[in-house]
Amino acid sequence: MSWRARREGISGKPGPRHMGSVMNAERRNLISQGLLLAFGLIGPFLFPHYIQQITLLWIMVLFALTWDAMGGQMGYNSLGNIFFFGAGMYICAVTQIMVAGYDVGEYTSAFGAIHVDISDGQYFAGLFLGLAVAAVGCVFLAIILGRIFFGLRGPYFAIGTLGIALAAGELIGAWDWVGGGSGISLPLYPAEADFFPGSGDDESMFFYTLALIAAVATFLFYQWLYSTRFGLAVNAIRDDEEKAEGMGIHTLRYKTVAWASSAFFMAIAGGIHGNIIHFIEPLEVAFPTVTFGIFMVAMALLGGKGTLWGPVIGAILFHVIKEVTWTHLLGWQWIALGMIIIVNVVFFQQGILGWMKERWPEAFGVTVEGAPAQGSETGGGSN
Amino acid sequence: MSGKKLIEVNGVSKSYGGVVANSNISLDVEDGKITGLIGPNGSGKTTLFNSIVGYHPIDEGSIKFEGEEISKLRVQQIARRGLLRTFQQTRIYGKMNCVDNMLISIPHRKHGFFDMFGTNGKADRDKAEHLLEFVGLYSKRYLPSGDLSFGQQKLLEFAMALMNEPKVLLLDEPTAGINPTLINGLIDRLKRANTDFGITLLVIEHNMRVIMNMADKVYCLAHGEMLSSGSPDVVQNDQRVIDAYLGAH
Repeated sequence: MSWRARREGISGKPGPRHMGSVMNAERRNLISQGLLLAFGLIGPFLFPHYIQQITLLWIMVLFALTWDAMGGQMGYNSLGNIFFFGAGMYICAVTQIMVAGYDVGEYTSAFGAIHVDISDGQYFAGLFLGLAVAAVGCVFLAIILGRIFFGLRGPYFAIGTLGIALAAGELIGAWDWVGGGSGISLPLYPAEADFFPGSGDDESMFFYTLALIAAVATFLFYQWLYSTRFGLAVNAIRDDEEKAEGMGIHTLRYKTVAWASSAFFMAIAGGIHGNIIHFIEPLEVAFPTVTFGIFMVAMALLGGKGTLWGPVIGAILFHVIKEVTWTHLLGWQWIALGMIIIVNVVFFQQGILGWMKERWPEAFGVTVEGAPAQGSETGGGSN
Repeated sequence: MSGKKLIEVNGVSKSYGGVVANSNISLDVEDGKITGLIGPNGSGKTTLFNSIVGYHPIDEGSIKFEGEEISKLRVQQIARRGLLRTFQQTRIYGKMNCVDNMLISIPHRKHGFFDMFGTNGKADRDKAEHLLEFVGLYSKRYLPSGDLSFGQQKLLEFAMALMNEPKVLLLDEPTAGINPTLINGLIDRLKRANTDFGITLLVIEHNMRVIMNMADKVYCLAHGEMLSSGSPDVVQNDQRVIDAYLGAH
């Protein structure tokens, strides 16, 4: 089969102008990554009093990135991704208790009155094993839920997934083995651990580092993933799933991988967050559907959904505004957040990056060759 | 090569509630040929297309592709066998640029699990750009495809179908909505897809000049039934076909 067409005047390579904008985009990407990573590394030393808030910032970045993989890149607006956060938190906690050598039922029924006596080794082994089991467990949950819920489209998928998160909170609340509504107190960070000598607060630094690594790993993972065929396929599903099916794309496979990847990172975030809070319970901490569950959507929309950097920018902006209003506008903080969301969805739905892309399309590689403004006549545009 | 039947539709019926869209339709598509499907609006052409590519189950009859029954298979499975269709209402991935539209249209039939994480090699990129050149969209290849005109989107959809290397391509009104001055260019490209790329075509078309010019064999549907079939000359001069189009019923 010969697919070769006439090749009059074409080089088979992207035109110089396009290459230029691609190079610029790559350089911008590297500089932004460098700046953000630098802040991640020195932030806790510059602002030692804000270490908890910056830790939460990285978790927010992770939230927005994992939500966008589904909602932005693939067009499946999940309102239930917070389910994997809570599920991961609980799986991690249960694993930690088991590794510490306690019976989970006895441990939880003691309501934290039990004297936990574990070695440093046990603590860290339990924590890391817990994070790993949580991540893998949530990948399996995503695969199973995907089989059921990927039959739903549009608003039905959003409401269906919201149902998962709400139901999970209620079910866990009624499950005594994991402490029911009274929750679980997690083993305490070893007092003598000293990974960050001189920091004064080893525990905060330790979990800060975990959160930073998790966020960076999430970013790098999605950056890679979107550069592969996966990126094109989920975008195709977003633009026209029926067409994608008609072209033979293995749509269910791609959708499952997208959700499983979200679940993987959300579970790790849940495990980390649970250990930062020390005490986990179903409604407020593990499955906070109306706070974190909605924040992740709002952050991705604010920054620009369907882009790699949009969720990151949205998360940073949203989190900073949230923390500032909580401190300086107490009582008005929810109204301020509500205003941001309203302004966002009413006036610039495409988000910050989406708006920039419309404003400066060439910087994002949207070019027409042979257009008068650019002078060069390279395309063979005769029909 | 010629004479081999690639698609065999036998006694296919399909109704929507009380409306009989297709009744006992039989049709063959010969390998390497261009087969035309004509008929007045609402005669059941698109329903037949949808039945062939698996968009809905059929009530009765059999549809074979390369001698194998496909009427129970799902859309993706049929597409991966090399039987592809374009849409009457053009469907492309509107927010992606033309090159990306092309790159994701590569044949998926041999893809295993880990091919999801592969990248498109130079061969795929070259092929995408050459096909975009073939349909005259090369200079616009980095534009979001949703910004193209309707006619250009149709050409892009056609190029995407070629990218998929189908054995048979079902085209639903390829010239509808295209500027008349461009139609000749499109006919030329469809013919070349057939002769140069060896793709068998089954074409729904309202434009008689187009179909009579292209097709080796023409089927005419009316009211969900097969009215006439044969060479373009025969069908064109069939009094029943003329009546169906002019409404002499």
